[in-house]
Amino acid sequence: MSTADADDLPLFAPSKKVYPQSVSGPYRRAKWIILVLCLGIYYLLPFLRWDRGPNLPNQAVLADIANNRFYFFFIEIWPQEVYYFTGLLILAAFVLFLMNAVAGRVWCGYLCPQTVWTDLFLAVERFFEGDRRERIKRDEAPWSFDKAWRKSAKHAVWLVIAWWTGGAWVLYFADAPTLVKELATFTAPLSAYVWIAILTFTTYSLAGIMREQVCTYMCPWPRIQAALTDDDALNVTYRYDRGEPRVSVKQAQRLRSTGAPAGDCIDCNQCVAVCPTGIDIRDGAQMDCIQCGLCIDACNTVMTKVGYPAGLIAYDTDDNVKRRQAGQKPVYRPLRARTLTYAGLILVVGGAMVYQLATRKMADISVLHERSPLFVKLSDGSIRNSYTVRLLNKRPESRPFALTVSGPAGARIEAVGSAATADLRPVVTVEPDSSREVRVLVTVPADVHLEKSQPVTITASDLFAGEVVRAEDHFMAP
Amino acid sequence: MAEQDKHAPQFDAATGQSTTGHEWDGIQELNTPLPRWWLGIFYATIIWSIGYWVVYPAWPLLTDATKGVIGYASRIDIAQDMALLKQERAAQSKALTEASFEQIKADPELFRIAMAQGKAAFGDNCAACHGVGGGGAKGYPNLNDDDWLWGGSFAEIQKTLEHGIRFAGDPDTRVSQMPAFGRDKMLDAAQIRAVANHVRSIAGLSTEPKADLAGGAKVYADNCAACHGDQGKGNREMGAPDLTDAISLYGMDMASLTETIANSRNGVMPAWRQRLDATTIKALTVYVHSLGGGQ
Repeated sequence: MSTADADDLPLFAPSKKVYPQSVSGPYRRAKWIILVLCLGIYYLLPFLRWDRGPNLPNQAVLADIANNRFYFFFIEIWPQEVYYFTGLLILAAFVLFLMNAVAGRVWCGYLCPQTVWTDLFLAVERFFEGDRRERIKRDEAPWSFDKAWRKSAKHAVWLVIAWWTGGAWVLYFADAPTLVKELATFTAPLSAYVWIAILTFTTYSLAGIMREQVCTYMCPWPRIQAALTDDDALNVTYRYDRGEPRVSVKQAQRLRSTGAPAGDCIDCNQCVAVCPTGIDIRDGAQMDCIQCGLCIDACNTVMTKVGYPAGLIAYDTDDNVKRRQAGQKPVYRPLRARTLTYAGLILVVGGAMVYQLATRKMADISVLHERSPLFVKLSDGSIRNSYTVRLLNKRPESRPFALTVSGPAGARIEAVGSAATADLRPVVTVEPDSSREVRVLVTVPADVHLEKSQPVTITASDLFAGEVVRAEDHFMAP
Repeated sequence: MAEQDKHAPQFDAATGQSTTGHEWDGIQELNTPLPRWWLGIFYATIIWSIGYWVVYPAWPLLTDATKGVIGYASRIDIAQDMALLKQERAAQSKALTEASFEQIKADPELFRIAMAQGKAAFGDNCAACHGVGGGGAKGYPNLNDDDWLWGGSFAEIQKTLEHGIRFAGDPDTRVSQMPAFGRDKMLDAAQIRAVANHVRSIAGLSTEPKADLAGGAKVYADNCAACHGDQGKGNREMGAPDLTDAISLYGMDMASLTETIANSRNGVMPAWRQRLDATTIKALTVYVHSLGGGQ
């Protein structure tokens, strides 16, 4: 092929527009319930209050970027504890793998934001433009007033939903009622408007315009999922053992009376019509299939109508179809090494996180040795080192910490600017939910033998709660 | 006819593209001029730059440069920025200016502001001699230790900062003048050696084997005790250092001591009130006091 020919070809295969038909049934109902739950949580959670006392924000879920805090109900995360999110991500990955091992692409079909918002946008489209046939007909027809207003109304409502989605997003980063008031009076920070605009754009384009193409072309999960699945994972499956050959009901009766084979699939194409990604499930498991189960609902409706048993399309495995073809019983093994391993890993990671969270310290100390000068000789010949000590108080009340030092014999500790002492220990009071930096001087008498460098431990003890934290550093001498 | 042929456009056989007509060792260069849009932007920037000459400072003159019609200068910008910063910090500065040292020490927030401002001012003005952390060097006092020539209380540190030490430009500067005993022929070499040994002996350091300690003590009593005290404990009124403690500014070895006695030292520190405002000096005082030696 010459280069000129290659230039004439389109870069992408032309996308065919998908017109999913409405459908009803248990899977559709489950999807509606999940949609309402997920979107309800997403849109309303910022307004949920959680009392943390007078010094802290009372928003249940808040990523307080300005003050470097993340609040999640009773948990408060400081920037240095962001590794909890790593744990959460690992947990999320294992849950995803487990769902995949049990029942295929549960995430894609029911829970993924792309699916949930696309469902919502499709409902809006259906409300204004009617069901599948009506939409196809109108799209083929020339522009008319009817077509124009329906399309405009649809896009307007899409934009409102998209805007609301962006609006809810920014509420997670500031006090929600305050920000809503600010947004309404156009006094909110510029970044809020910018983020709302960005998320309005992404929601509108991903859920309204791109839809199934996000899953087919953009998302890595279908590719990864294919590598993670096994023969025992349930998938939305067309039972071709029962369905083939496809014939009409009447012809099936005729064929059966002559003893010829006839399948239950009447080739009504309802499974194709309702599919949100526009595929034919009867072609077998395929990457484009998000396994939402809507074809099951569609097929069961038809099967019931024509008096065939339901379940021509169902959650099943290819192996079981083959087994039935060979006259064997189907085998279902939800408990197997893979699922048990994932479940075990979820328990281990989740347990480790809970343990870590439950036993984490509510105070912390870090010590930085002064480097210029490394040490100071005092007039009586004793040697002094200075340190910058940072004390962290994660509790919502102010706490006094007494400082002690251990290491070289006779070492004395003072904290610059804090005269208060308890049993000759300097006391540093740290404000609620904050940290305080204090210059600490450690002095060793002249008659103590010192190496060039020796370990030293600075300990801070909460005078009331009794929590003890320590940090190690070095004591330098000539 | 031949002349015309030479200038007629020539074409490359392989690509059909016109060539520049030049030939080097049988190789001809294709004529691929810059794209029009590129040239267009290039010329537009040249025209645009004329506007710059008029509006902004541009052409260097003999002693100056053209100012530009809008009178912009980056120096004016930074002056405005600094004024703005001062305005923003006015409340803090006012609180700092009005508070006494005791109040600053007792108020964590005020103390924090003073420390931050003091640390910045120290880096800008003091670190060149005293070191980044105030660690000092030979001849430049270590501000972290507890040995003060002129006193280590808030008030004394503030006075030293304001008026300097032996600073000619300030009438209230701290003054003391140790004579150059050798250079000015007040003591001879043997006497200097003897008194140096005496100073080492009262500091608890080893002396030379044949040192004339008695002679040294006599020289000390006659010449040094007036300022440094009979026991060599120094006198802060005079800025006379304690000769017996473990710290010395210029060194306690025989060579350094001899040099000090013979030629004197008399280090100088500028008076900062001429360069820094009272609030900054206050912050500096708090910072220096906090380094470890504050009294």
